[in-house]
Amino acid sequence: MNSSKPPRNAPVLAVERLSIDISHGTGSAQRVVDDLSFNLQAGRTLCIAGESGSGKSLSSLAIMGLLPKVAQLPSGAILYQDRDLLGLPDRQMSRLRGRDIAMIFQEPMTSLNPLMSVGKQLEETIRRHKLDEGGGATRRAREILEAVRMPHVEKRLRQYPHELSGGMRQRVMIAMAMVCRPKVLIADEPTTALDVTIQAQILELMRELQQELGTALLMITHDMGVVAEMADDVVVMNRGVVEEQAGARELFSAPRSDYTRKLLAAVPRLGTAPELASQAQRPRVLEVGDLNVRFPVQRQSPFAKATEVHAVEGVSFALGAGETLGLVGESGCGKSTTGKAMMNMLAYSGSVKLDGRELNGLKGGALKAIRREIQMIFQDPFAALNQRKTVGELIGEPLLVHGLADSAGRRRRVAELLEQVGLSAAAAARYPHQFSGGQRQRICIARALSLEPRVIIADEPVSALDVSVQAQVLALMKSLQDRLGLSYLFISHDMAVVEQVCHRVAVMYCGQIVEIGSCQQVLHNPQHPYTRRLLSAVPMPDVDHKRDFRALLQASEVPDPIKPRGHQPPPLEYLEPQAGHFVARTEEGSLSLY
Amino acid sequence: MAWYIAKRLFYAALILLGVSFITYLLLFLIPADPARQIAGRSATPEVVANIRHQLGLDLPFYEQYLRYLWQLLHGDLGRSYVQRSQVSDLMAARIGPTLQLMAAGIGLELLIGISLGLVAAIKRNSGLDRALMAFSFIGVSSPHFIAAMLALYFFAVKLGWFPLGGYGGIEHLMLPAITLGVLGSGWYSRMVRSSMIEVLHQDFIRTARAKGLTRVRVLLRHVLPNAIIPVIPMIGIDIGIFMSGLVVVESVFGWPGLGQLAWQAIQQVDIPIIVGVTTLSAVAIVLGNLVADLAVLLVDPRIDVKNS
Repeated sequence: MNSSKPPRNAPVLAVERLSIDISHGTGSAQRVVDDLSFNLQAGRTLCIAGESGSGKSLSSLAIMGLLPKVAQLPSGAILYQDRDLLGLPDRQMSRLRGRDIAMIFQEPMTSLNPLMSVGKQLEETIRRHKLDEGGGATRRAREILEAVRMPHVEKRLRQYPHELSGGMRQRVMIAMAMVCRPKVLIADEPTTALDVTIQAQILELMRELQQELGTALLMITHDMGVVAEMADDVVVMNRGVVEEQAGARELFSAPRSDYTRKLLAAVPRLGTAPELASQAQRPRVLEVGDLNVRFPVQRQSPFAKATEVHAVEGVSFALGAGETLGLVGESGCGKSTTGKAMMNMLAYSGSVKLDGRELNGLKGGALKAIRREIQMIFQDPFAALNQRKTVGELIGEPLLVHGLADSAGRRRRVAELLEQVGLSAAAAARYPHQFSGGQRQRICIARALSLEPRVIIADEPVSALDVSVQAQVLALMKSLQDRLGLSYLFISHDMAVVEQVCHRVAVMYCGQIVEIGSCQQVLHNPQHPYTRRLLSAVPMPDVDHKRDFRALLQASEVPDPIKPRGHQPPPLEYLEPQAGHFVARTEEGSLSLY
Repeated sequence: MAWYIAKRLFYAALILLGVSFITYLLLFLIPADPARQIAGRSATPEVVANIRHQLGLDLPFYEQYLRYLWQLLHGDLGRSYVQRSQVSDLMAARIGPTLQLMAAGIGLELLIGISLGLVAAIKRNSGLDRALMAFSFIGVSSPHFIAAMLALYFFAVKLGWFPLGGYGGIEHLMLPAITLGVLGSGWYSRMVRSSMIEVLHQDFIRTARAKGLTRVRVLLRHVLPNAIIPVIPMIGIDIGIFMSGLVVVESVFGWPGLGQLAWQAIQQVDIPIIVGVTTLSAVAIVLGNLVADLAVLLVDPRIDVKNS
């Protein structure tokens, strides 16, 4: 993959001493970007890396001239073709946007107009910049979709955004940005919202288009794996200040600033985590047998056949005391549904046993009693806490609901729990909005712990957090496990995180477990083709291990999970290549499971 | 799709049945006696009883209602007590002018409402925005009879820009239509404003700007169609509110439409006409809502009939 890059020469675009202020109405302003300078060169990629609040996205919007009204530019210049873009009136700027400087955004699900077909939106850009007219515009739209390897181009042109998956929408966004062959492409977290295999496809696509067209690529990302994969040069930003600016190899091999060193140390690296002692000998706390979850699909007319979505299909596993089982897979594979079914939050068939007691079918008081034993932590700590209650009320609420303590007792317990998760007892009087994301996740953990559960189902508990915070929360979860003997079901899409905290891993695909075994077995010696595909797509924060994603570029078809009611897929057969390592049998080379 | 429409039409029939029942019941319960009204002040009790028997008003309520329904199924809306001709004939003669005024009024409502909302959203939190929203608030809260008479006084009597009511060409239509349009536009301008502001913050608007589209094109092609979607079902709901304004405005401006017919009938307790006009209004409202819901399906490709 290390093809020769064009040498450094005159920059296509230069940002010089750029500062951005956000005004807070009453004359006061906060500096969010301070004295940022960098050059973009044709055919080369510059990554701006940093955690949330570092000002990296605002810098890219400043280049596009799309800053929100509250942002002011007290100093600096953005030079493009001997012109300062900051001084350009909007009318002239709009002629450059999309034609000379194009942008791709983070959230492909909401970045396309839902009322216009994909073809129309592409043609709009082509017509605006007078690339072509009439039928020629349609032809160009078709060509560019082919260039981004969109399957079934003719059909896609007529489809609306909601009919496409996230990865396909991001391809449309790339096509739209590249159709005028811009000199500069800005990509703001282009793969953050996507699954790893889709991320690999999008990154590969951007690399190919860049090589073909000689575009200067400015990539904004928080993911050091993506940086290592894509960057020629890197700017590391922290709270609006440039911490370090260096070539990619230099940055990863000999980081100069403390912040970069800290950031790199916090990034979980697949294949580097120490192997955790096996917990296989410990007694089983939780046993899941043949779990099935099906959602009925509403019929179009009373004459249509009844159908169901097979969300979870024949899932079985066991969880030992003090053990962490990772449940990994891509979005829509049924991992969160499995977690919810175990909490009895939706109807399922099959059995979930806690210490031999069957949970399926429990209602009312019996169900409430069992909830003391199994608790849950959610992905988004901002949405998981009621903004109108104090932290003390939030953490004490489970105790109140279960009638376990009077108000003085609750106060004591809340203080104890807050200290257990590394916050001060004084936090109880404050409200959730006064805490950062990582602190809020600690509050969520404290709330889950308040009933002294034996099992915690953690659904993507660190996905919404910055890497440095992520590492702290993971360490907290681990130390709580050691102290309290908790068992975790750790639902995640991030292989590197799973490797760090899990004793065993189960890989889910289309509602089924295709491979389960110890971390070592599944992640370092994957047997199932889907596990291999998944692992090969994880970008590594290491410039010497750039991956070749080309094999992944052709989108693979996922089997349709909607089946006629009562359909019984043949159960998976599992092979056991090593003790404790089970792999679903497949036809040679195919991913199709049913 | 066909199944969806069939289902909706079935519900519509149920709603109409309910509306006719409630109207009939209310008119049965009011203390005014149509027979006495027809017979006049000096009539003897025998004459009044005779008229009452002729009209079938001495029958029990359920029998009167069922008889009415039976006739309705045959397309017969009954005879007017006062005007002594078929209600359907009376209504047919007046439906044309009413439809004219409705089309013009609703058209102006939308035109004024959407453009004011659009301007207010673009200039949000400015003096102009506040002025426009205050204007819409006044429009929404002023009673039709006062506004209509003020409009007539200023623009027709004082300034002489428009004729003093009556039916005729476009100049006769203008003033009542504008009155209805201005008074009804407030709901729309407020709704368009808030929905525009919401859409302006969407990611795809940033995408449209990043494509290099001009401000005007972004507004008209990307913001407005998305902002208008919640307004479409509102038009269906608004037809009912609009009708009540129509009755008053038609009477004030002497517009020979259904509203005026209803107004006269109410004063004379001419029950067949009141029930007839009410039933027709109910049909209009139900159909309006159905058409609006179908129109949303055309505009928004995301709505799937099977989930509604």
